[in-house]
Order: sequence, then structure tokens, then C-alpha cells
Amino acid sequence: MTTPLTVSSNFDNPFRRDFPALDQSINGHPLAFLDSAASAQQPAVVIDAVADYARENHANVHRGVHTLSHRATEAYEGARDKVRAFINAEKREEIVFTKGTTEAINLVAQSFVRPRVSENNEILITHLEHHANIVPWQLVCEQTGAKLRVAPINDRGELIVDELLAMLNDKTAILAMGHVSNALGTVNPVKEIAAAAKSRNIPVLIDGAQGVPHGKVDVRDIDCDFYAFSGHKMFGPTGTGVLYGREAILEAMPPYQGGGDMILEVRFDGTVYNDLPYKFEAGTPNISGFVGLGAAVDYMQQAGTDTIASIESDLLDYMTAQLAAIEGIRLLGTAEHKTSVQSFLLDDIHPHDLGTILDHQGVAIRTGHHCAMPVMQHFDVPGTARASLALYNNRDDVDQLVEALAVAKRMFG
Amino acid sequence: MTAATYTLYRELVLKHAKNPHNRRQSDPVTHSAERFNPVCGDHLSVYLGIDNDVIVDAGFDGQGCAISVASASMLTDAIRGRTVTDAQALAAKLERLLGGELFGDELGELGALSAVQAYPSRIQCATLAWHALKTATEPLTQHA
Repeated sequence: MTTPLTVSSNFDNPFRRDFPALDQSINGHPLAFLDSAASAQQPAVVIDAVADYARENHANVHRGVHTLSHRATEAYEGARDKVRAFINAEKREEIVFTKGTTEAINLVAQSFVRPRVSENNEILITHLEHHANIVPWQLVCEQTGAKLRVAPINDRGELIVDELLAMLNDKTAILAMGHVSNALGTVNPVKEIAAAAKSRNIPVLIDGAQGVPHGKVDVRDIDCDFYAFSGHKMFGPTGTGVLYGREAILEAMPPYQGGGDMILEVRFDGTVYNDLPYKFEAGTPNISGFVGLGAAVDYMQQAGTDTIASIESDLLDYMTAQLAAIEGIRLLGTAEHKTSVQSFLLDDIHPHDLGTILDHQGVAIRTGHHCAMPVMQHFDVPGTARASLALYNNRDDVDQLVEALAVAKRMFG
Repeated sequence: MTAATYTLYRELVLKHAKNPHNRRQSDPVTHSAERFNPVCGDHLSVYLGIDNDVIVDAGFDGQGCAISVASASMLTDAIRGRTVTDAQALAAKLERLLGGELFGDELGELGALSAVQAYPSRIQCATLAWHALKTATEPLTQHA
């Protein structure tokens, strides 16, 4: 067990030095990287794991009897075991490797939901979703005539749970909702909602792209049917993602894509599909990427998910207080339960101008609609500036942000 | 303020951004077009009053950042009194300026936008209104 660390004003974040990319100057200023919700930096252990694999162990997986093929298979399947333990899935067969959250959700939309719905069905999402958990469902609705329904949020950016629960009915084919809002940082009560859906036999998919990087995720505790997330937001390489699915449900689903690796026997008069999880992993996978993801899981396990959550929580409180003290600031997303993200607007300065002026001072934030246009529409803004935290940030990063905002304010004032 | 910030947001750009010229519909509106920037969701409309191939009035409205609003404001000043072909040629020149193929002093006030060339992600902010101008005037030159 690791003892959770807390952030004090002179806290020297021990994790920061593990991330080589953070140790550089941008436009003559130290880099303050506050855009981890878009993509997190990688620790040296991840970078090295990928490089070592390429230098010494690369070959194709699940085929070939030679030594390198064996090593590659061990490394790739080893990553699956690590991910299984990390999210506390019961079986390794329930861990399907994908390109990312987006592909994982599309897989469920096309292989699980599409064959089961008609114009008499509804698909329920929430107003907090990013495009990856909206558009795949719109496609299914176009293909089948099913109706997309959207559970509302309040002005703090919180899901109105009662209204969501009231929208669950006999027509609901799936409830697909985010664990944490990428634009606002709202943490949704997914366990409570999943239980309500389960009591009505409604399958639940949790989009965990912003959940996994920031604390402990236990899919059996949440008791959801699917949980999707991306490697690159949890310090792993891009092009890696995970779909957790209950074994019985995955077994009953047809393959998503056809090709090598997902078959046992191919004949022109019929093909026998491979067992789980390979049935859903057609073609040569992103082997080196998942080797890196395995290393990222090890890194997070060693850091301790409780420690990560504690550092980020203290730093978010600090950042929110510092931002709130700036005259002319408007904070968007003020939910009671939040993590790692603060969206804001300053005076009437356009977020893009803020982003450029901050970059001139070494501060990296995201500006725009955050691939969550409906959230922006709720607040009637075209976009926001968003500062997001990861376990490697410290108060200096936040102070640098606040100073840079003062410069922008003087310029446009 | 850093040198880079000053170069990009020089006084002339800020002046136009804070108090844009002709942020209104033109009188009359004979041609108009709206363009979106999918990166940020911004959108600008350009309105033109064209009489006998001459742009007699120009205006714009919509939602944009300092760079796109300043560029739109300068556009409305720069194209009034020009022929349609001449205005289109100016739009092409601005694109060459932003592509680093032309020096700013050849374009008068618009030369202030030359610093944007160092910011690839912001070039589409500077060209947003000019693309709307092109779209609005396309029907006039298609059969030429």
C-alpha cells in the first residue's frame, strides 16, 4: 500500500521527473502542460518499453513458433493481464484491445446494439458526452430507425439523475454515458445509475476515457456491461484502447471486423470465429502500443491510483480557487463531484486568442469545443479554455497559468 | 508581454479586434456567404453590396477570435470600391502572405496579419472572412 501524498505549497511532485517531455522550455518559459485531458505525456518507462520491444522482441503475435514471436505474444498478452487486474475484470477474455475509446464504442454500437434494435427502440446518452459517445449512436439510429434520447444536465454541469432514470424504459436498448466529462470534469454517479439500469435489464456502457487516468476504476464494482477507455490519456501510447465487456455478452455478439487473428478456420463455405477476446481483434494488432500500455498500467499501479486521485484533487481545488479569484473569469463546470478539469472564459477574450497568448508563455491548454459541442451549446458558448491536470502537475504550473492569464487580460483590457 | 505575443497581436490587429469596422450587414446586401471554422466552431458571414461589378459596401458579423475578427474588419475596409475580380485577387494575395510567399509591406494594413504565418493553427482564423468573400462572389465569376 502506498500512502497518499498531499500537495502543499512547496510540494515537490516526485512523479514529474518521470516524464521527459515536461522538462523543456516553450517560447522561453518552462513548459506548464495543462492539456492532459486531450492526451497525457508518457513516462520514460513507457517510452523505453516501446523502444526495447522494437529493438529486441518484435515479431507478429499468435503465430510462428520462433523465439521473437513467442516474446511478442507474451508481451502483448501480458499487457492484457495487466489491464484485467487494473480494472478488476474477472477474466482476460473480457478485455478487448482496440484503437481507442472511439473504436471500442463503435464496436459495441455496431456488434451489440445495431442487430438488436428497431424503430421501436431508444438509445439513451447524456448531454455531457463527447462526440465519440454521440456519433456512433447516431449512426445506429440512422441505420435502424431507433431514437436517440439525451438526459439533461443542470447549470453546474451535473447530470440530472432523476430525469435520466425517468428516461429508462422498456424501449431502452442501451444506456451509454461518460464516467467523467472531458469538457467540464463532472464525475457521474455511474454505479448508482448502472444499478438502476440493471434492475430494468438495460445494458450499460461507461465511456471511461476520462475516468481511468484519474483514480481507481473497478468494473465489477460499477457493475456495468461495457467499459471503454484509451491508452494515451493514461500515459500510454496513442492508438491503444480497451473495451471491457461481460463475457456472456461478448460471446453472443457477432465479430466487428473480419480478418486474420479473429478466426479459427477459414473455408470458402464458412469460417469459424476465434474465441474471446480474439474474435474482436482482426488483423495484426498495435503490438508495440499495447506493450507501452502495459508499462503505463504498471506505472499507475506503482504510483497508486489513490495517490493520483489525491494529488489531482488537491491541485484542482488550488487551481479552481486561483482561477476564481481572477476578475472577469467565468468558470464553466462547477459540479460538486469533479476531477482534473476546469473550463473557463476570461472577459470576452476568445478562447483561441487565450490559447495562443498562453502558449507564448509556455502554458499549454486546450481551447475550443473539446469535441463536445452539445456541452458548449448548453452553456451557449462556442468554446471554452480548458486547463486539465494529471499526476505530474504542480502548483507552479497553475501559478504560471494565472500569470499568463493576467498578461492576456492586460492586452485585451 | 513576450515579443511573440506583441508581434502577433500588434496594435493594429488589436484595434480592429476591439472595435471592428463594418460589423453590420452591407447596404444593400446583394451577395453574402457564411463560413465555419470546424476547429473552434467559429463562424463569420460576409455581406456585399455589388453594383455593376463594383463592391460599393461590405460588412460582416458572426462569432470569431481576435485574429478572425480583425481580418474580417480589415477586409471590409480593403475591398470597398474594388471590382469583384480585384477583391478576389486581394484574397489570393492574403493567402500568399499567410503562406509566407509575400511580404507584408505589399498589402498595406493587411500586412499586419503577416505574423500569423508562424502559427499554422491560426491561419484558418485569418482566412475565414476571405473564404466567405470568395464563396459569396463565386457565382459572379464562374461564367467569366
